[in-house]
Amino acid sequence: MNRTGLLNKLWEFQNKFGYISENAIAQIAQKLNVSKIEIEGVVSFYHFFHRRPTGKYIIYLNNSIISEFKGFQQIKAAFEKETGCTFGCYDENPLFSLFETSCIGLSDQEPAALINFFPFTNLTAEKVKTIIQQLKNGNSLRFISSNPTSKIQYLPPEDKTIFYRKYEMGITLKKLKNHTPDEILNLISAANLEGRGGAFFPTAKKWKSSKDSVSTKKYIICNADEGEPGTFKDKSLLNNLSGLVIEGMIIAAYISGATTGFIYLRAEYLHLLEKIENTLREFQVNNLLGNDILGIPKFNFNIQIQIGAGAYVCGEESALIESLEGKRGEARIKKYFPTEYGYLGYSTIVNNVETFAMAARIIELGTHFISTIGTKESKGTKVLSICGDVAKPGIYEIEWGMTMKEILHLCQATSPHFIQISGPSGICINETEFDRKICKEDLICGGSIMVFNNFRSITKILENYTAFFKEESCGVCTPCRAGNQILHEKIKKIKKGICTIEDLAEIKEWGKIIKLTSRCGLGQFSANTLVMALDKFEGYFNQKIIKTNENLNVEFDMEAAVYNYDSLIKDTQPPNP
Amino acid sequence: MKTSSFKIDGRVCTAETGLNLIEAAKQNGVFIPTLCHFKHLDPLGTCRVCTVKLNSRDVAGCTVRVADGMEIEVNTPELLDTRKAIIEMMFVEGNHFCPSCEKSGDCPMQNLGYETGIKFTRFPHLFIDRITDARPERIVVNQNRCIKCKRCIEEVKTFDGYNIFYSINKGNKTMVSIDYEQEAKLSELQAAHAMHICPTGAILVKGKSFSKPFGDRKFDAIIEEKTMSLNPVKKHRTTTKKKIVATTSLAGCFGCHMSMLDVDLGILDLFEVIEFNKSPITDIKNFSKHCDIGLIEGGCCNTHNIEVLREFRKNCDILVSVGECAIWGGLPAMRNTFPLEACLKESYLDSMTSEENETIIPNHEDIPKILNKVYANHEIVKIDHHIPGCPPDSSHIWNVVKNILFQEEYSIAYPKYKYD
Repeated sequence: MNRTGLLNKLWEFQNKFGYISENAIAQIAQKLNVSKIEIEGVVSFYHFFHRRPTGKYIIYLNNSIISEFKGFQQIKAAFEKETGCTFGCYDENPLFSLFETSCIGLSDQEPAALINFFPFTNLTAEKVKTIIQQLKNGNSLRFISSNPTSKIQYLPPEDKTIFYRKYEMGITLKKLKNHTPDEILNLISAANLEGRGGAFFPTAKKWKSSKDSVSTKKYIICNADEGEPGTFKDKSLLNNLSGLVIEGMIIAAYISGATTGFIYLRAEYLHLLEKIENTLREFQVNNLLGNDILGIPKFNFNIQIQIGAGAYVCGEESALIESLEGKRGEARIKKYFPTEYGYLGYSTIVNNVETFAMAARIIELGTHFISTIGTKESKGTKVLSICGDVAKPGIYEIEWGMTMKEILHLCQATSPHFIQISGPSGICINETEFDRKICKEDLICGGSIMVFNNFRSITKILENYTAFFKEESCGVCTPCRAGNQILHEKIKKIKKGICTIEDLAEIKEWGKIIKLTSRCGLGQFSANTLVMALDKFEGYFNQKIIKTNENLNVEFDMEAAVYNYDSLIKDTQPPNP
Repeated sequence: MKTSSFKIDGRVCTAETGLNLIEAAKQNGVFIPTLCHFKHLDPLGTCRVCTVKLNSRDVAGCTVRVADGMEIEVNTPELLDTRKAIIEMMFVEGNHFCPSCEKSGDCPMQNLGYETGIKFTRFPHLFIDRITDARPERIVVNQNRCIKCKRCIEEVKTFDGYNIFYSINKGNKTMVSIDYEQEAKLSELQAAHAMHICPTGAILVKGKSFSKPFGDRKFDAIIEEKTMSLNPVKKHRTTTKKKIVATTSLAGCFGCHMSMLDVDLGILDLFEVIEFNKSPITDIKNFSKHCDIGLIEGGCCNTHNIEVLREFRKNCDILVSVGECAIWGGLPAMRNTFPLEACLKESYLDSMTSEENETIIPNHEDIPKILNKVYANHEIVKIDHHIPGCPPDSSHIWNVVKNILFQEEYSIAYPKYKYD
C-alpha cells in the first residue's frame, strides 16, 4: 500500500465499519511506516471520516445559507424527532447518525441531505418522516433517493451555445491526430481560455508551463471538488457532459505529455461516480484512453477517480494535491506552481471541470466560433448555478457580458436585494449594481449566483459564511484560523445588538489583515464579502449599530452577565420547608 | 557563490542568491520577526509574523528566496502594525497566562510581544477550553499555549524517523497532537530539544521546568539602555495645582498596589505633586473630589467590580488599567474557559472540603453576584492607557502617571517591560 492510496484505504474502513477504529489506524500506520498520530491527523482532517461508530445510515444535512433560508431548522428538528438522535452525536442509535455538512451542491433543491451519500432533496418535515419510516422498513436507498439533476433553465441561442449543445464522443479528439501539441496549445491560447474555477489564470500559460517542464512524469488533475457553497455547475457538467470533460483532460495530456490523470471528485458527488466510470470505460473501449490513443504512437493516458472526504479547502489546487498524496489537505506555500512542483513533485496541471470542458469545445468548434461570442476580454459562454430567492433555480449557460438585471429577470428573482457572486469567498452586490455585466471587464464570476431578497437577514447570511470559513480553514496559518474565529465573535455582537460604529470599522481593518497575511486563497478571500457588505449595505448596518455613551462604550448589560449566576442560585436553593 | 542585490526599505542590500529572506535581511542588519522559521527547516510559512511586502505584494518573508532586483518593504508603519496584529491574534486564540507560565522570560512569542509593543490586544480573547496533556512519558503538552507553528512536527522525530507530533482536526479546532507510543522512544536530549525549539511554553519536559528555572530568561538579559517607546497617550491638562490620584483593586491580588508602593521613599517626592483620594493606600472609601487620574488594578468578576469601575470612570479624567488582570482578565480569567456553573459547583459542592451532599452555593443579597465571566476593564468602560505586567514595575507605573499628568518624558528600560 502506498501513501497515495491512503484516502481510498480510509474509505474502505469507513464504508465497511462505519468508522475508522484505533485498530484500523494502527494497521494502516504500520503498513505505511508512519506514526499513528500521522494517520489520525489525516482522518480527523476530513469530516466524512468518523473516529467513533456510526449508525447504518449516516445522514448529512446541508447547513449552507440557502438551506438555512429554505427551512434547515425545521428539517433538522424533523430528523431528530423521527430518528430520536441528536445532530453531531455518536453511539445513539444503531440505525442512524446525524451530522451537519456544508453545501452539497444541491442548492437549487434545498433543503437537501445525503443519506449514505444518496441525495434527498426538497425536504419537508412530512418527507423526512416518510424517508425515515422507509429506511426503518428496510427500503433500499437507491430506490427512495431523489434525482439530484439540476434543471438547465437557460441556454443562449443555438449558434451561441457552447457547453450544452450536442455532444458526440471522440469527434473533438480526432482533431488531435492532424495537429501537433503546439498547434493545439496555440488554439487554446488564441481562444483566451482562463481557469473557470474562479481564479481565471490563463489556461494556455499553465499548460505550456507543464509542456515545457522537464519533469519525468506529468499529471493532469480535474478539480471536481466543487465546495464553494451555492455552486453546482460542475456537478451539472459532469452529469450531462462527463465525456466532454474527459476529452478536455485528454487534450491537456496530449499537450503536456502527461500519462496519468485524476478526477478529484468530492464525496458529496458520489452519485455521479457510476456515470463517470461508465464514460471512462467507454473511452477505453474506443481507444480514447489507454495506450497509443487514436493510434497516435506513444500517446498513453489513463484517468483515475479519487473520492474526496469532505474538506472545502481541497478545492485549492495545492491542498488538493496534498490530499491526493494521502495527506492533510493543507495548502502549500506559494513557492512553486503545480506545473513546476505538483503531485509527488512532478509537473501537474490542475484545472476546473468547466475549464476542461471548454478546452474540448474550443478544439471542436474552433477559436473563430468562440471569439464571436462574449466580450472583448471574456470569450464564449459561462455556466452559472443560480439559487436562492428565485422562481427558477438551476443551471444557466450565459454569454459573457450579460447584465445582472437580465439574469435576475431570467431566473425570476423576487425583490432581489443582496446578491452573492462566486459564493461566500466571492463578492456581494446591491441593488445599484444590477446593470453590471458578468465578464472579466466588470463583474467576474466563478459560477455561482445566490440571490437573497429583501426579507433575508444580511447578518444571518454573513454569520453563516463566517461560521463556514471558521470550520473549513485548514488551520495551518494564524490569520485564517484565528482571524475567522475573531470575526465570528464580531458578528455575534451584531446579532446581539451591541455592535458600535467602532466595531464595524474594526471588522474592516481586521478583515484586511486576514486578507493580506493568509497563506492561501481561503483566508485571503474569507473576509471579503463581510467587509464589502458593510459598505454596500451601509443603511442596514447603520440601523444595527447601537448608540454609545460619551466614552464610546456600550452600556454594560449587567442583567445578562448575572443571568447564569441567578439561575444557578435559584436551582440550588434548599426546598422551602 | 553568486550574490544578489536587492532593496530593503529602499536600502540596497546584498546576499547570497537564493538565501532565505529572513537570513539575508539579518546579514544586512534588518530584523524580521518570525516564530515558525527555524534554521534549516524548509519554510513552514505557518505563523505569518514575518509578513513583508515583496514588489508591493504581501508575502511571508520566510518563503522568499532573495534574487536580484527585489524590492522588499519590512518596516513600514502598516507592516509593523500587521505583524503586531498577528501576534495579538496568537495571544487571544490561545490562553497565554504569562505570569503562570514556566517559559515566561524565555519565550520567543512573549518577547515579540515586547518587541512590537503590545500592551493590550485589539481582539477579544476567545477563552477556548484547551487541554494540558500530561500522559506522555517525558513531556507535557499544554494546548493553551500552542500556536501551531509546526516546528515540532517537522523537527522532532524518533531515531527511526517516526513523527511524534502531528496536526489533527481542521479549522478552528486544529491542534498539534502527540503520539504516545513514539514519544516514549524519545531520548532525554530529544525531549529537551523539543522543549527548546517550541516558541512558546507548549512543550515542557517533565521534572525539568520546576526543579530549577529551566530557562535563564534570555530575554531579560537585554541591555538596560534600550528603552520602550510609548504609544501616544492622552495627556492631562496642565495646571499648577496638585494632581489628584485614585486607585482601586477589583478582581486582582493587590500585587499591583504593592508594586506602586515599591517606589519606596520616592513616594515622598510624589506627595509633593500629587495627593491620593479614594484608594486603599489612604483608606478613603468614597470619592470626595473629582480626580485627575484613576489607576485600576484587576478586572471585573462581580457586580461590585462593575459598579466601582463605573464610579471611577465618572470621577476620573483619565483611567489607566494597571497589570494583566485589569487589561484582559489575567489569572482570574482562567475560569473563562469554563461555564460559571462548573466553577461554582467545583468550589462549593464538589470540592474536597465540602460537606457530603452539599447543595447550597453560598449567597446573600449583600454579597455581589458573580458575573458569567471575568471582563477586561476596557470592555466595560473606556480605558485611556494600559500598563502591562504582573505586576508592572513600580517605575513603569509612576513613569506613565507622571507622563500623563506632567508631560514628563516617558522612558522605561526594556527589561522592566514585562507581562509577568
